[in-house]
Amino acid sequence: MENKPNLLTIKDLHASIEGKEILKGVNLVIRPGEVHAIMGPNGSGKSTLSAVLTGNPAYTVTGGSADFGGKDLLSLSPEDRSHEGLFLSFQYPVEIPGVSMVNFMRAAVNEKRKYFNQEPLSASDFLKLMREKRAIVELDNKLASRSVNEGFSGGEKKRNEIFQMAMLEPKLSILDETDSGLDIDALRIVAGGVNKLKTENNATIVITHYQRLLDYIKPDFVHVLYKGRIVKTGGPELALELEEKGYDWIKEVCDKNQE
Amino acid sequence: MSSLKQYIDLFKESRSTIEAHSTEVMNSLRDKAINSLISGKLPAKGDENYEITDLNETYAPDYGVNINRYDFGADTANAFRCDVPNMSTWLYFSFNDTYHSSRTASISMPDGVVIGSFNRLAKQYGKLISTYYGKLAPIENTQVALNTLLAQDGLFIYIPKNTSLEKPLQLVNILNATIPVMVNRRILIVLEENAHAKMLACDHTQSQETDFLNTQVIEVYAGKNSSFDFYDLEESGERTHRISSMWVRQEEGSNVLINGITLVNGHTRNDYSIDVVGENAETHLYGMAIAGNEQHIDNHTEINHNVGHCTSNELFKYILEDRSRGAFCGRIKVAPNAPRIEAYQGNRNICMSPEAKMYSKPQLEIYTDDVKCSHGSTIGQLDQDAIFYMQARGISKQEARMLLMQAFMADVISTVRMDSLKDRLRHLVDKRLYGKLALCQQCGSDCHDIVNNIEQ
Repeated sequence: MENKPNLLTIKDLHASIEGKEILKGVNLVIRPGEVHAIMGPNGSGKSTLSAVLTGNPAYTVTGGSADFGGKDLLSLSPEDRSHEGLFLSFQYPVEIPGVSMVNFMRAAVNEKRKYFNQEPLSASDFLKLMREKRAIVELDNKLASRSVNEGFSGGEKKRNEIFQMAMLEPKLSILDETDSGLDIDALRIVAGGVNKLKTENNATIVITHYQRLLDYIKPDFVHVLYKGRIVKTGGPELALELEEKGYDWIKEVCDKNQE
Repeated sequence: MSSLKQYIDLFKESRSTIEAHSTEVMNSLRDKAINSLISGKLPAKGDENYEITDLNETYAPDYGVNINRYDFGADTANAFRCDVPNMSTWLYFSFNDTYHSSRTASISMPDGVVIGSFNRLAKQYGKLISTYYGKLAPIENTQVALNTLLAQDGLFIYIPKNTSLEKPLQLVNILNATIPVMVNRRILIVLEENAHAKMLACDHTQSQETDFLNTQVIEVYAGKNSSFDFYDLEESGERTHRISSMWVRQEEGSNVLINGITLVNGHTRNDYSIDVVGENAETHLYGMAIAGNEQHIDNHTEINHNVGHCTSNELFKYILEDRSRGAFCGRIKVAPNAPRIEAYQGNRNICMSPEAKMYSKPQLEIYTDDVKCSHGSTIGQLDQDAIFYMQARGISKQEARMLLMQAFMADVISTVRMDSLKDRLRHLVDKRLYGKLALCQQCGSDCHDIVNNIEQ
């Protein structure tokens, strides 16, 4: 594992929204095969980090760098970041009335193939692929004709995110609060899907408030993000400690250091 | 000076020529038309229902009117580019304002059905035509009066009692000239009791370098328990001005669907006026418009529920790009003593650029209790969250916008009650959105050769 080059190297990343600085110097290294959990209190910048990495135009990068497999991630368009293998499972998947899942996924898969100078998939190969991948998260065959996320239950929306992840086979997946709004059964299906897709060549960032999801998706590293910086890093045991003690002890240490 | 004067003068100077090349039934209304024009005036821009359309400006240029009915030499080989594949139709054409039937038009047509140009049918069916001609379109309306004054030919469609047309009728309107021309089209459609028909009319402009003024008046009688679908597709050109009005009367139990689609145009004003006079009638009025550059699309609709126990559904959608202008002004009126009306009106619009402008005026006038009516209007932009979501899945911004625009128009397309036309329309809308439908000549569909198709 140590011999493989870094998948993602974030150095001193600063970012703001509407003039307000949210990320204030994030450093993070992710190697293939690893699972990282990012935890932290509300408003610490967890979702901002995922938005900035995927190129959400609402945010402005004001400093630092992010290298993704040898490419300057921050200079790529959101769609090229996706083609290069970055995937975000949205905290709030967007409903797109009138755009069917099949047209949406076909456009996504074929644009990626185009990016790598490959021919588009034939209709039958594509449908076969959809069938295979939706089984991973137990979505039924009505999925293809439904509009993207429209009228999906909370659980279906999150399963649909993991289905899309399965279709696109990313190198690095960011799961942004994938556990929010899920009941235990849905959580098991979603986490099971993520685990099935895990290989020694891809990596996962799990953003969550709770230890619960980490019972299903076992992290190698746990980071605490607070006030726009990673203030503590540890193993899986850190998540358990946070579950037990909350964030106040970390906040206290940080705020004291800042003074 | 009113723009009308030149037309009044033209008529006074050339009345005998105009009438010599027309029919008695059309000539019989010209006195009324000239009186209406002399005492009337064109609505000014800003008048009620004419918020953005300036008819004085539209009628002002010095267009030629082909009162001698010279053959303009339409480019017949190149004309018919937008056929609908997999759709077998009875086919008719107009070149400028002269109507023709295709060779196949009369094959296996049910007995009693009469379709053809006024001039051709005048001798045999003059009396039938005069029973209906000019009775629905009000001569007090200046547009109607001007068309009635100058139109020399028309298309007459008569479907007798208990007759259904198995195939749709298709009318291909072609504009072709080397000098600026005004054409005056007239269509009269009569469906007797329990008659059923569907019709597709499409407007094409061959000479993209020429200015056209295309006026059109359509009258439709939908008899008891009849059904009629009318798909009105404009793919003209940026120098074509279209002033069209459609006047419909619906009797008891009739079912009328109108879908007005503007994909390529210059300056368009469409009026749709529907009078429902019998109970248990159904009205479906839909429209879509896609405009760019300096294009102008103004749809004005009136649905009058004069009696109770009827339903109407109305939905118009616009996508405006560049500096284009759109207007929708729609009114649903429920008369006193017309209970149990269900009437729904919607107008949804997307402005793709900061310079595009949409004017929307949805109106309900209800003079009775016990009705279900609603209206709604929205003007907005594409959902930025949806665009980013698609980009995050690798779909380019451009493609994401396309998918959203296609999705936006999907519900108007889904109202089409002919599967082959629905597919074709979806295809045309996609092409238009991708900017590949600037000219119908670029359409590239595998079409009939019109030369072999005209009845000599």
